[in-house]
Amino acid sequence: MTVLLQTIDLRKQFGETRACDGVNFVVHQGEFLSLVGSNGAGKTSLVNLISGQLKPDSGTILFEGNDITSATVSERIRAGIARSFQIVNLFDGMTVFDNVTLSIFSRQGKATHMAALASHDSAVRDEALEVLGQFGLREKSGIVGGELAQGERKLLDVAIAYSLRPKLLFLDEPTSGVSTRDKAQIMDTVSGIVRAGSVTAVIIEHDMDVVFRYSDRIVMMHEGSFLADGTPEEIKANKDVANILLGAPLSA
Amino acid sequence: MKADTPIVSQRPELPLAAVAVVVLIALALVPQVVDLYQTQLLTYGLIAAIAALGFNLLLGYTGLLSFGHSAFFGIGAYTIAFLLRYLNIHSMELYLAIGLVVVALTSVLFGYICVRHTRIFFGILTLALSQVLYSLALKLFWVTGGTDGLRVARPSLLFGLITFSGAGSFQRFIQTYYYYVLALFAVSVVILWVIVHSPFGKALQAIRDNETRAAFLGLRIRRFRLIAFTISGTFTGLAGILWAPLNGLATPDVLYWTFSGEIVFTALLGGFRSFAGPIVGGIVFTYLKTYAVATTEYWQALLGAVLVLLVILLPTGIVGALSQLAAKITSKAKS
Amino acid sequence: MTIFFIQVLNSLFYASVLFLIAAGLSLIFGVMRIVNMAHGALYGIGAFVTAWLVGRAVAFGVAPVWLFLLIPVGAGVVALIGLVIEPLLLRRFYRRAEEYQLLVTFGLLLILEDAVRFIWGGLPLTADALMDAVPSVHVGGLVYPGYNIVVIGVGALAAIALWAVIYRTKFGIMLRATSQDRRMAAALGINVSAVYVSAFAIGCFMAGLGGAIIVPSQAAVLGMGINALVLAFVVVVIGGLGSLQGALVGALIVSFVRTLGIQFFPEIELAVLYLIAALVLLVKPTGLFGNA
Repeated sequence: MTVLLQTIDLRKQFGETRACDGVNFVVHQGEFLSLVGSNGAGKTSLVNLISGQLKPDSGTILFEGNDITSATVSERIRAGIARSFQIVNLFDGMTVFDNVTLSIFSRQGKATHMAALASHDSAVRDEALEVLGQFGLREKSGIVGGELAQGERKLLDVAIAYSLRPKLLFLDEPTSGVSTRDKAQIMDTVSGIVRAGSVTAVIIEHDMDVVFRYSDRIVMMHEGSFLADGTPEEIKANKDVANILLGAPLSA
Repeated sequence: MKADTPIVSQRPELPLAAVAVVVLIALALVPQVVDLYQTQLLTYGLIAAIAALGFNLLLGYTGLLSFGHSAFFGIGAYTIAFLLRYLNIHSMELYLAIGLVVVALTSVLFGYICVRHTRIFFGILTLALSQVLYSLALKLFWVTGGTDGLRVARPSLLFGLITFSGAGSFQRFIQTYYYYVLALFAVSVVILWVIVHSPFGKALQAIRDNETRAAFLGLRIRRFRLIAFTISGTFTGLAGILWAPLNGLATPDVLYWTFSGEIVFTALLGGFRSFAGPIVGGIVFTYLKTYAVATTEYWQALLGAVLVLLVILLPTGIVGALSQLAAKITSKAKS
Repeated sequence: MTIFFIQVLNSLFYASVLFLIAAGLSLIFGVMRIVNMAHGALYGIGAFVTAWLVGRAVAFGVAPVWLFLLIPVGAGVVALIGLVIEPLLLRRFYRRAEEYQLLVTFGLLLILEDAVRFIWGGLPLTADALMDAVPSVHVGGLVYPGYNIVVIGVGALAAIALWAVIYRTKFGIMLRATSQDRRMAAALGINVSAVYVSAFAIGCFMAGLGGAIIVPSQAAVLGMGINALVLAFVVVVIGGLGSLQGALVGALIVSFVRTLGIQFFPEIELAVLYLIAALVLLVKPTGLFGNA
């Protein structure tokens, strides 16, 4: 399998805490990967480093073979990385519809076009409605982002990132705060996309049912480094993982 | 499209266009019903509206508060004065062509310096830049006429087709120039309206509302702000260009920081969260200021006090207050 | 050589005044995250009040030595104005968008500038009596106003006093805690409102003091406030907003460059300063010592 993303000896420290302690993370094209671990294990920091919100203390990040370690956030987005946020991050003052169309405009490089009305671009409009349909938000298109229910906001957050048609999609706890019905819908949609081969997904998740049911591969982080890395079966059989999940000490 | 297509109207701008046409016709009839002085005053009002519209692209839609927009207005005015004095140009069209290029270049330059910074620095940075221009206008008095300013004669309109000399030329000028400004006002409104509702306009508002997420959409924040700044300065500069022949004089006060304050005030007065707010603010302010200046020598303090009161009591401005009122009335009517 | 030394003294003189203004602006920003657009006007009011008081005192026949007491009085008046402004106008805007704070202080600037014009008219006001009260000193073969040396002394004292208050007193600890984390400070039992009002009053006092000590040397004129604001801004841009060291270093840099500029390029002095600020911003966007 081709390597899409690779971090080499990535390190980030916050005072005494080592959020990332020499992390060598490899993501293969087409994978559906879950990043798990207890709070503070370093998962979000790792994603923040890869997406560009944080600068590493040392180490390299390669995307499709290119060194993106010093690239800006928007450069990485344009290279094909996208993410959704643990604490929902939308354009609350704009309608659901506009949130998604903006993503599409940006992707198509049309965001600087000022000579035509946004609402007149029927191709973009149709694509936006299609995506919203996939996420079950089509009926809410005209509603302003700030007025959606929490679960819908989560879905929209993912929809915005997905509309960028990224090569690598990071979802930061996409099912937290979401009802069971919505959980299934999000996960079904996302896994459907990955199976079709167009998007590689990395999901930070705490819900182990979700993790075991949908992932091709599970990576567990603990105190800034990788504790385990394997298929769901391998992880289930791993004693250290079980201990972490149940709170018992690690084997020596 | 399915039958249950959601509430995304296909052509929301049609009823708006109808209203705009009605307003335009009303404005066009004004000189026929009022005296010369009122026509002249309304011309100043339309000019102020253009300046405010330009300014508000930056404040209302991009979220950047500039205290230095007098720089663009003043550069526009002085360019005309220089073109007349040093190149003996009398054509309004040439004034517009060259003037717009000059204000655009100035906007790009100032914008490039300013948009790299956080909001707090941005505001004072714009103020400082306009003050630099003001002090240059004062100090280089042999070029700029210093505090006396430079005279601006009545230009010829429509490529020399219409000139103003001889008996009754003042009346003819005021009447004709009103329509000239009105036409450019209408064009400015249309252009800015399209810009604000274009993909670019949406991107701008997104950056205003959530810079982080906008970056995560792949938008180059600084570039968008610079483009917005340039457009904003250019329209305010256009107002300055139109103002100079009407005022007959280009003076340093339109470069001074208090003039920037007036521009800010007009946007706030009308309501900076709506498109039409600055238009209303510009026109209303022109009348208010004329009255205030006639009434008291300390109208600047009055302006300041009203500004503070506006921020405290009516932060959404006239248009905002009116739409809130309209919303209350319609919801009461429904219940 | 002597001329050089005189220019150095002039620069230090001006730097003292600039430091006072900039440090006040920086303090207010550091603690309250407000940029007070009216800060320059307060400096101007300090100058006018002091000059007026000196004029009255001289008319009453007060001996020059006592006139010096009017300088802190002038500054004190400005501090009182600050004590009125903060609760009345500014307090309600802390939770609102930045733009509103800027707009309100800008409105205040307009009001204060006109208030000065209303109270004292359009003519400059001087306080020569203070200037004359200090004997001239001889520098090399030239005569130099002793008063300027006094100002340099005041500036240095103010810098030390401010540093001492911020870093060596209990109040200073509360100040620093509130500026770092307002909610945490409140949770620890610090009366945040009192800290805010005090910080604002101190900042205003410094601006007023700047005006008060410069007026014997330079007449109080309309519009001096806005020029001071622009220069103070260049100082905090170079030195970094929120930093005491930054205000000091920035004031020195700006002052020396200004002296050089006046010597060689009087017309474009402001533009040269501006260029330096722009260069610093390009290299280090938060200023030399900034943490904004």
